[in-house]
Amino acid sequence: MSENRAFKSRDWDSHPAYLSSEYKSTRLRSPTKPLVPLVQSLSEITGPVFGQESVGPLDDDLTKNGVTGGEPLGERIIVAGRVLDEDGRPVPDALVEVWQANSAGRYIHAVDQHDAPLDPNFFGGGRCATDAEGRYFFKTIKPGAYPWGNHHNAWRPNHIHFSLFGPSFATRLVTQMYFPGDPLLDLDPIFLATPTAARSRLVADFSLDVTEPGFALGYVFDIVLRGRNETPMET
Amino acid sequence: MKKKQTPSQTVGPFFAYGLTPEQYDYDLTSIAVPEVGGQDVEGERIRIEGQVFDGEGAPIGDAMIEIWQADAAGRYAHSADGRGSNANFTGFGRVGTGTDPQQRFFFETIRPGAVGNGQAPHVNVVVFMRGMLSHAYTRIYFPENAKAHASDPVLSSVPAERRETLIAQLDESGAIRVYRFDIHMQGPQETVFFDV
Repeated sequence: MSENRAFKSRDWDSHPAYLSSEYKSTRLRSPTKPLVPLVQSLSEITGPVFGQESVGPLDDDLTKNGVTGGEPLGERIIVAGRVLDEDGRPVPDALVEVWQANSAGRYIHAVDQHDAPLDPNFFGGGRCATDAEGRYFFKTIKPGAYPWGNHHNAWRPNHIHFSLFGPSFATRLVTQMYFPGDPLLDLDPIFLATPTAARSRLVADFSLDVTEPGFALGYVFDIVLRGRNETPMET
Repeated sequence: MKKKQTPSQTVGPFFAYGLTPEQYDYDLTSIAVPEVGGQDVEGERIRIEGQVFDGEGAPIGDAMIEIWQADAAGRYAHSADGRGSNANFTGFGRVGTGTDPQQRFFFETIRPGAVGNGQAPHVNVVVFMRGMLSHAYTRIYFPENAKAHASDPVLSSVPAERRETLIAQLDESGAIRVYRFDIHMQGPQETVFFDV
C-alpha cells in the first residue's frame, strides 16, 4: 500500500497525537479535524539541502561556542549517534540542530524567567551535520532540569532539543533527547504523550565507548527518520 | 534491518536562539531566515504574512513557521527535481512569531511557479509550536489562480468547504504584493493540515 508515496507515512504508533490533555498547551493548539491525506509529489520528496558547509567550526562544540573568557559550568558530555532511515540505511548530510538549557536548568532565551543562573560561558545552541555513514557528534554540558507551569510542581526532565532535516520536506523531524535513569521521565506529560512502546527511542544510552577518558561522559542517541517506499513514485 | 521512527516532540517555547537566532538577535548564525529571495533571484517579489491563532482566537507568539517552495519557473533546488533550479534560490525560509508586536510571521520571497503534476502554484508549510507535539503540514495557494485550483489534485482532495483555508488573501495596497495567510489551529476556520 505504498501508492504514490515515495516516503513512508508518519508512523502514528510512534509519534504523539496532537491532543494530549495532560500537556495542557495542546488543548487549544491541536488540530481537531483529521489530517487530509496528501499524494506525495515533488513538493514533498524534495527539501532544503544542508550539509557540512552549513556548520561553522565551533557549531558542534557547545562547551566552546558561547565562552566569554571562561569555561561553562557543569558536566561536560559528548552526544554521538547515527541518523538512519527505517531500513537502517544511514542518512548522510542531515543537518542536526540542537538547543538546550544550561547546567542550572536555565535557557538563554529572553522569555525564560526561571530563577536559576545564566552561565556567561554557555550559549546552549549549536548544530552539526551527519557524515557519509550518517554519524553525528557534538560536545556540550549536561542540561539541568527546570520547573514549568503545566501543573503543580511540574519539572521537565533533562533534555536536549533536536531539529533534523533528512532528504526531503517529508522527513522533517523535531524531537527531544532524554537521559537514561531520569526519575522525571515518568512524570513528564511531554515524554508521556509519546506512545508507550516508542518512548525508549527518545532516551539516549550511556556509552563508555563514546566517553572520552579524563574529559566527558558519552551518550549515544540514534535517530530514525521516515524511510523510502520500495515502489517508485509515479510522476 | 527495520527501524522504527524516532518520535516527534514539541519544539517548546525556547527554540529561538537555536533555530531562528538572527531574527531574535542572538549571537549565532541562522541557517535559514524569513528573506528567501535575494536580489539576484529571478521572479516577482512577494511578501507572505499572517498570524497563528489558537482555539480561543488568540495569536500565538511562540510558533515557528518554515516554508519550502519552487522557484519562479516551478523548479525545486533539490536533486530529485531533475530540471535543475535557479542556483541563487534555496526555496527554504524559517521565521518565529515572537518578534512582531502582533505575533505575525512573514516571508519575503518570490512567487513560485507551477511545479507540474497539475498542481497550482503553492508554498509548502510546516508549523511548529509549544503545545504541538508533532509538526503540522499545510500549503499556501494564491487567490489569482482560481482556475488552476479547480484541477489541483491536492485542493481537490480537500472538502470544498475547507479549501479556502489554504488560499491566501491578496493585499495590493503597498509597493509589493502582500499575501495574508492566517493559520487557525482550531475553530470554524481551522486550517487544513495534511498527512504528508
